[in-house]
Amino acid sequence: MDALFLSRIQFATTTMFHILFPALTIGLSLYLVVVEFLWLQTGEEIYYRLYRFWVRIFAINFGVGVVSGIVLEFEFGTNFSQFSQAVSNTFSPLLAFEVMTAFFLESGFLGIMLFGWERVHRRVHFTATCLVSFGAILSAFWILAANSWMQTPAGYRLVDGKFMVTDFGAAIFNPSALVRMAHMTIASFETSVFVVAGISSYYLLQGRHVLLFRRSLGIGLVMAALFVPLQIYMGDVSGRHVFRDQPAKLAAIEAHWETNTRGGASFAVIALPDMEAEKNRFEISIPGGLSLLVTHSFDGRVSGLKEFPRGDRPNVFLLFWAFRAMVGIGFGLLIIMTWALLLWRKGRLYESRPFLRTLLIIHPLGFLAVELGWITTEAGRQPWLVYNLMRTAEGVSPIPAGNVVWSLSLFIIIFLVVGGSYFYYILKTLRLGPDVSSPIPPIQRPAGMRPLQEKEDRR
Amino acid sequence: MGLVTIWSCLVGLAIILYVVLDGFSLGVALLFPTSRDEEERDLLMGSIAPVWDANQTWIVFGGGALFVAFPMVYGILFSGLYIPLLTFIFGLIFRGVAFEFRANATRKGPWNKAFFYGSLTAVMAQGLILGGVISGIKVAGDRFAGGSLDWLNPFSVTVGIALISGYLLLGSTYLIVKTSGPVQDRAYRQAIWSGFVVLGFQILVTFWTPLHYPSVLTHWFSSPTIYFIWTFPTLGLIAFYGLIRSLRARREILPFFFTVVLFFAGYLGLAASLYPYALPPSITFQEAVAQHETLRFTLWGGIIVLPLVLAYTVYSYIVFSGKVGKEKYYH
Repeated sequence: MDALFLSRIQFATTTMFHILFPALTIGLSLYLVVVEFLWLQTGEEIYYRLYRFWVRIFAINFGVGVVSGIVLEFEFGTNFSQFSQAVSNTFSPLLAFEVMTAFFLESGFLGIMLFGWERVHRRVHFTATCLVSFGAILSAFWILAANSWMQTPAGYRLVDGKFMVTDFGAAIFNPSALVRMAHMTIASFETSVFVVAGISSYYLLQGRHVLLFRRSLGIGLVMAALFVPLQIYMGDVSGRHVFRDQPAKLAAIEAHWETNTRGGASFAVIALPDMEAEKNRFEISIPGGLSLLVTHSFDGRVSGLKEFPRGDRPNVFLLFWAFRAMVGIGFGLLIIMTWALLLWRKGRLYESRPFLRTLLIIHPLGFLAVELGWITTEAGRQPWLVYNLMRTAEGVSPIPAGNVVWSLSLFIIIFLVVGGSYFYYILKTLRLGPDVSSPIPPIQRPAGMRPLQEKEDRR
Repeated sequence: MGLVTIWSCLVGLAIILYVVLDGFSLGVALLFPTSRDEEERDLLMGSIAPVWDANQTWIVFGGGALFVAFPMVYGILFSGLYIPLLTFIFGLIFRGVAFEFRANATRKGPWNKAFFYGSLTAVMAQGLILGGVISGIKVAGDRFAGGSLDWLNPFSVTVGIALISGYLLLGSTYLIVKTSGPVQDRAYRQAIWSGFVVLGFQILVTFWTPLHYPSVLTHWFSSPTIYFIWTFPTLGLIAFYGLIRSLRARREILPFFFTVVLFFAGYLGLAASLYPYALPPSITFQEAVAQHETLRFTLWGGIIVLPLVLAYTVYSYIVFSGKVGKEKYYH
């Protein structure tokens, strides 16, 4: 094993660990904005209690997100220094802007959000929540701009192997940037509201704090009803962008080997792709389906993998299945939302135990979909680091493999310890449940506050 | 002033802001084992809980600014100092998660240890990085060409230990500002002895640097450096005198202020000794600089955004000003 292979494994390990946390930070911060807005608007204590409960989960999650994120900025230099030096002029400002506009904002107002209850007025507190949430979304904007630039580079001129910048606007808003930003941001929202819904269902199933968690679930499901269909739409837009900008990636995702010359390209629902034999060992496909999906016409031409040299193809098996699992989750969540709609019309949304149990069981699926999506897009970029321009092998640092063996093993151990403790403390927080009795700091109490009265929720 | 100068100052500013701001957070953590019970440790942690994350962000900005302005330095330094840099990160991970995990833990012992050893590791690694840079980085073309352990030598280990004493001083003078009673009394004592240790190390490092890296000596005694290089040790001595006097007089804000001046004196002295080299002994800032369009574009962003950042940072310090009390720094 060489430094290149190990560095790739390490980057994959560290990003895949990291992304779980910001995905929840971005979505949960938006949920908190909604809850605190309702608290200020209605003065109902229930919203205050809800906020205080969810912000504890948010805080634990944020801490791990921050420390696992610093790793990534350093890894560009430690493990991919040749890449860093080649693309820096165009690429690095996007990261610098992320720090300046997003990280400072999040970290600057997080203190007030978590600890400012007795020190600032409730409107200031709400502003802090909004700014933390805005910072989280902005950070996704910049990092997606940077990643998209690697997928669909723009605004540069190649001089002696270095990407000299010609147009920063074009580099930031490169062809795939906006679509991928939207896709990822909505993914975070969707993942988080299902976490909220699942955990709320857990309490409802146990009959604990029923009033509080009915409200919590209600807000979560309303938000989910917005994000779930929107994400399926964004997925479609995203797929057509990949078709336009990265045809080899699309062909690999679809295990599509031969370019269709007559009639439409068929869509393989299930397949066993064989990269050696350049065909699918087995497949169940819908005739004309692929052309319809990516070109929106029955006989649109879709380039097959055989049009690209063997050395320029990503891993077909991995992409094919990762993509299908992600899409499967997206549609699975749509089915659950349809179920929710039917129950809601019958007025049984909060009573149906099978439904609540389902929400509890499926609540981590969003995270899985996020990981699968990133596997699809990043493994699909291979063998390129900058698409069609710089190979991954050209970007690695001149370091011995031993360095990376050392750091990768430490990362794995540390992530197991930190990830394990994270679960332990999240579960502990959930076991303890919300605090519904601590006095509300006077400075936070709006005029005409409506207290939480139900006996069942005071226990 | 040229873009190169502006950007070397900006990177330098980010680093010294990080050193001072996260320095007191790390310093408070280094003092953790000297506290007597969990209640005191709650207090110590509460004194930095609302601000540590913002403080730490300055090194992320420092790294980013280096990547933007001097990509060659970023690439060579990070790949060359691979081991101490990632050790620094490993330390920061344990330090960072300790805040929330400890707050939620019933048995706080393991996270007290994670907090202390994580911080200790991060500080020692910073010292090794600095010592490694002063020791010289082997470069061929625009790539690192040395060995994985080039940074490890008696000089860099000494710099690491010196930095620990420096952060202890920052941490204890910060605690003087933020606490009262027995914790503050102890912080006064800790500040006095760590102050003397810092002075000792500053003198040692000042004399050792030119021996370790001879061109510094010629640099010091050549024009124009010779005309101002003496100001930094002088400033340092004045700051040290002020520090000890204000500690003896039991002033609350001044000791921290003089410590910051002491750090600036050392830092500027070092910068003046190495400038114009970004990576001694071969790479200058001028040689490593990025494309001017990149510098200009990002600089404009910084001019607009950084004053805002500084403004709300100050605001958050005002919100959390005063002594840490009994209010809960967990939720």
